[in-house]
Amino acid sequence: MTPEEPKIKIRARNLSFFYEGGHQALFENNLDIPEHRITAVIGPSGCGKSTHLRTYNRIYSLYRGQRAEGEVLLDGQNILDAKTDLLALRRRVGMIFQKPTPFPMSVFDNVAYPLRLHFRLSRSEVEARVEAALQGASLWDEVKDQLRKSGLALSGGQQQRLCIARAIAAEPEVLLMDEPTSAIDPVATLKIEDLVLRLRQRFTIVIVTHNMQQAARISDQTAFFYKGRIIETGPTQQLFTAPREKKTEEYITGRFG
Amino acid sequence: MNASVFPAARPRPPFWRKVQDRLVAGCSLLAVAMAVGAMLWVLGTIVMRGATVLGWDFLTNPSKPYGLPGAGIANALLGTLLITLTAAGMAIPPALAAGIWLAEFGKQSRTAAALRFCANVLMGMPSVIVGLFAYTVIVVPMGTFSGFAGSVALAILMFPVVMRTTEDMLRMVPDTLRESGLALGLTRCRVTLQIICRSARNGLITGVLLSVARVSGETAPLLFTALFADAWPTRFASGPTANIPVLITEYATNSPFESMHRAGWGAALIITLVVLAINLTTRILFREKKA
Amino acid sequence: MRDRFNYEIETLKQRLLDLATAADHALVGALRAFAENDETGARTLVEADSAIDAEEVGIEEECLKLMALYQPVAGDLRLLVTILKINGELERAADLASGIAARTLDPEGQPEPGGERFDFSAMLSETHRMLRQALDAFVCHRPDLARRVIASDDAVDALHAATVRDVRRRLLQYPKQAGYTLGCLSISRALERIADIATNICEDVIYLEEGQIVRHAQRLDAPENIHEQHDSDR
Repeated sequence: MTPEEPKIKIRARNLSFFYEGGHQALFENNLDIPEHRITAVIGPSGCGKSTHLRTYNRIYSLYRGQRAEGEVLLDGQNILDAKTDLLALRRRVGMIFQKPTPFPMSVFDNVAYPLRLHFRLSRSEVEARVEAALQGASLWDEVKDQLRKSGLALSGGQQQRLCIARAIAAEPEVLLMDEPTSAIDPVATLKIEDLVLRLRQRFTIVIVTHNMQQAARISDQTAFFYKGRIIETGPTQQLFTAPREKKTEEYITGRFG
Repeated sequence: MNASVFPAARPRPPFWRKVQDRLVAGCSLLAVAMAVGAMLWVLGTIVMRGATVLGWDFLTNPSKPYGLPGAGIANALLGTLLITLTAAGMAIPPALAAGIWLAEFGKQSRTAAALRFCANVLMGMPSVIVGLFAYTVIVVPMGTFSGFAGSVALAILMFPVVMRTTEDMLRMVPDTLRESGLALGLTRCRVTLQIICRSARNGLITGVLLSVARVSGETAPLLFTALFADAWPTRFASGPTANIPVLITEYATNSPFESMHRAGWGAALIITLVVLAINLTTRILFREKKA
Repeated sequence: MRDRFNYEIETLKQRLLDLATAADHALVGALRAFAENDETGARTLVEADSAIDAEEVGIEEECLKLMALYQPVAGDLRLLVTILKINGELERAADLASGIAARTLDPEGQPEPGGERFDFSAMLSETHRMLRQALDAFVCHRPDLARRVIASDDAVDALHAATVRDVRRRLLQYPKQAGYTLGCLSISRALERIADIATNICEDVIYLEEGQIVRHAQRLDAPENIHEQHDSDR
């Protein structure tokens, strides 16, 4: 990290989460997400990493009975507040999922569709922005001759980059990535990691990953989750060379999980 | 695992296992042969008996009472088309809407459970009872048989089928697609109609076409409602309307005349071909999806 | 996987400790041979150094192999890095010891019969103790012991400074024995450097146990090498 402290983009305070039937998945967690940094969230399966991430854009509210308590402050505003405009929130906080989820439409429309919904744009402006987004997602050179092809016809790695292009076209401030490379082959994974590192300058990125090497390679800060609690948060280099907590040490050296 | 932990075991010869394997394979082959054989027998009979009367006049002339020359089935074809399309027009939009509601919004709620239960009951109900129902509610008050009453009966039969297939197809769309739509800041409505329904499109079309194919051959409800007439279906809403299933029943079973028997087989062949065509269309649609 | 890695690490640690013992023997043996003018013993020691060098290369290769294959992090990573560094330090200590043994073989290196000899016993025992304790601190996970060893480095520095003063005096007093006197200067420097090596190992141990790099913190105010560069070894 640079010597001067970066601004904190998202602050989670006493964040608890409950699934249907009252099963508690997160316990009073606090986490600061610095702006224009990559924060990696690691931990064994089912420890609440994804659940935590999913509070940042309130995507969990799609399901009945799921509820978050505490505060998630995005630029100081509590987005868990009932008055939050979810459409506006989700334009500011984009999300990439584990499996690529291209929409059943052409490559071009996949990116243009959300673009047209969020902004009033002329045809040529849309075209320019689609190209920019695909460039931004390092996909343009591979698809520029097949923009009319269905997004579903691309390879897995390309589909995932298409989803990233779609997300960044809406010009969000934060990008949430929920295990974005777990369904993708190693070469495509490295491409996406390079891409994530480039996107760091434009967005605040939070990435959940099962792949610890990945967290170590690309993130500035790492948070370790275990059984719904944040055990340790720290600069990635420090966490991977000299973790403060015994549990973290055990996890990252493979003694459990 | 270390093999030396156990004393050496006597090997069991694989002979019986092989016999078992052959036996199961043989049985299933036999079963397939029987099913396919039965189907070919049915199709063969229909083709053999029906093909003799096929001709341009048969397809373009209306049916006539026995003895008049140049009788055909065109009025019945047109009547069936009218009745089925009207039924589809009445049943499919609300059935799609209900299916979408069940899959996307109702989900586990009590209302949804009640709706599903009713649909299941309706699907299991013999079609003759649905015909009787339409007879009581429409034919009796109106004082006349009508193609429209037939459409209502068929629509009642279509509704639960289309609704449940719609729900099943939409449920097969993974949640992550919904989430990724919402995560882009789209409204629930847009996500459902423009993304979820679009990706389930082939499944939805298949469900609709199969339900149309199924009801287009229904006979019992039409006996109580549309009945039959040796005339073009000009009085669709207010009078008995010719249709293929009733024509087949009447000609093939209730008529003493050989020429009418043959006309009945000809109509059977036509409707078989139509249903086959619909099935093939849906097959091709699905194949496109996989490619 | 974890078991396999632990087994490999333990084996590697054992090899490192064997290397330490060999370096230690070389040190003690070299000073004994010099004091007793035992040329045969000295020659054996000088020749034995190449075996130590080979083992050092072997341990390093093993470390690199484990790093590449297991990509260790946290404690595992620190342990491997520490082994790698201690390994290098021990090799240098053995080189210095072999350099001391080589003094014995220098035809001008011995005093005239009956002449006054330097007494390295205090310096040797101190250096020898530091080296042993540094490795004890590594084996027993004791950063406190490591800190004490680092603190005792000053005593060896003081002994070396005393030797330097003695050398100056003797060069003027017995110019005919200059060869022997200068040889002793380099032996004293070698011992002082071996004590430094023990200190380095201790710093590595503190990093291993506590995860922080303590090097340079105390060293900056320690007197820098006040003597001319002297490349006698290697």
